[in-house]
Amino acid sequence: MTALTELSLAAARDGLRRKAFSARELAAAHVKAVEAARPLNAYLAETPERALAMADASDRRIGRGEALPLEGIPLAIKDLFCTEGVATTAGSRILGGFVPPYESTVTANLWRAGAVMLGKVNMDEFAMGSANVTSAYGAVESPWRRRGENRPLVPGGSSGGSAAAVAARAAIAATGTDTGGSIRQPASFCGIVGLKPTYGRCSRWGVVAFASSLDQAGPMTRTVRDAAIMLGAMAGHDPKDSTSAPVPVPDFEPAVERPVKGLRIGIPREYRLDGMPAEIEALWRQGVSWLEAQGATAVEIGLPLTKYALPAYYIIAPAEASSNLARYDGVRFGLRVPCDSIDGMYEQTRAAGFGAEVRRRILIGTYVLSAGYFDAYYLKAQRVRTLIARDFDAAFRSCDAILTPTAPSAAFAIGEKMNDPVAMYLNDVFTVPSSLAGLPAISVPAGLSEDGLPLGLQVIGRAFDEEGMLSVAAALERAAGFAAMPAFLAGSAA
Amino acid sequence: MALDKATVAHIATLARIDVPEADQETLARELSNILGWIAQLDEVPTEGVEPMSSVAQMSLPLREDVVTDGDCAERILANAPLQARGFFVVPKVVE
Repeated sequence: MTALTELSLAAARDGLRRKAFSARELAAAHVKAVEAARPLNAYLAETPERALAMADASDRRIGRGEALPLEGIPLAIKDLFCTEGVATTAGSRILGGFVPPYESTVTANLWRAGAVMLGKVNMDEFAMGSANVTSAYGAVESPWRRRGENRPLVPGGSSGGSAAAVAARAAIAATGTDTGGSIRQPASFCGIVGLKPTYGRCSRWGVVAFASSLDQAGPMTRTVRDAAIMLGAMAGHDPKDSTSAPVPVPDFEPAVERPVKGLRIGIPREYRLDGMPAEIEALWRQGVSWLEAQGATAVEIGLPLTKYALPAYYIIAPAEASSNLARYDGVRFGLRVPCDSIDGMYEQTRAAGFGAEVRRRILIGTYVLSAGYFDAYYLKAQRVRTLIARDFDAAFRSCDAILTPTAPSAAFAIGEKMNDPVAMYLNDVFTVPSSLAGLPAISVPAGLSEDGLPLGLQVIGRAFDEEGMLSVAAALERAAGFAAMPAFLAGSAA
Repeated sequence: MALDKATVAHIATLARIDVPEADQETLARELSNILGWIAQLDEVPTEGVEPMSSVAQMSLPLREDVVTDGDCAERILANAPLQARGFFVVPKVVE
């Protein structure tokens, strides 16, 4: 029998219902894998007792023939989701010791669907980063290595702990959040599937806020089908989030069987960057051929404002962050540095509590929102955002989904690209435009780089057409047959 | 476009983050680099374009003006670094 930690979410679900193994056995195998994964620094909090108790409850429901959609599935939760009674840090020192008295809507939905919590996973501080090196609790190591090399690599970010845990078989799936690429880029780096839903599909209530007009929660899994199943459990209208979309949640799973014959796949010419590695370009072309071989038609499209998406994002996201992060004042929760005056307390607490990247973004955000600069920076960026969204609207008149690379490179080593913030920001060049437009997008592992590291392809769909996007993603997955394994497997060590 | 030390000190005060003078020079350089890179947005003509604050194409939902939550002062205070008699405690504000 396949090791329990090797099972996909769909296979685990089916095995549990057939009673081939119990939810407790599945949870116990994963609890061991979580322990074995400690060298990766992926988990910030392990909750083995809760996992086993939840699994026992699952076994009881399965025994009564009342299995729920995610019954008994062991999950890792990004430490940005508030979990009642379990410390939630957002990767920041300023939230050290914070134990939420409430549960985020998305995680509550997952538990209501029968899922089992393995623990909370590491991330870039406040989700600001593309390499998971800004966490106050240390960098996460990717379970992957370059062929013939033992240098530790980044898992991508900000959902780096989620991606590393799922790739290393220390969770069947994980929640992630994506503001400008934080689900898709780490999924690409770690050889897994990462899905950012349409803005509004998943509630943001109880998710520590970074940039509220962009943040979206989504699933990180090892197969496209698993992402479809998990999204169904996470999504849904929530009156507690005023931007949560009051639209019905379809059963996403059948979409992965839907043929792509006759679909028009948009290939944006502006995504062909100068200096893009040949292997990325080649993989992208390969993706087009795979879809054409299944009866889709490739059409060239124009997204003329692509190059302006990143600079617009780096005004909008820090502006919203500077406002959202004003709440960390040392009064109601988290860190406090005592001081005689209240302003001194605020300033010392925030200086001690925020890391360098978060401080940089708060200061940029404060600057672009300050008197005299608001129009020139913030309003300008919001106008450019309108134009970028219009670009996508126009493109979707001549295509049904868009195919691009997920990231401009494979994973890099811990320590590389650390001294130049702008070079780090370029990791998100292919993921930020669809974030600004609020569109659903998914990264699918599609091949290996020359030195043996995973590379992902991204499919962008129309707003609220996750099903169309999933059908294209599944077609890519079938053709790519990605079966490479990371160097470090926590599951098999367990 | 280039930020100087004084501007960094000013925005640090606005953001209520203590930035030691020793860090101001480096930060001024880093922030200036980022702003210099952002300045390419000036190439995009945006006259008459509506600024987009949200992609959610809907009006703000309204609900009945009734109490839906509350009576949980203890839970709210549970994470406070300092509390007394049901209040958050801060340094003296009014002399």
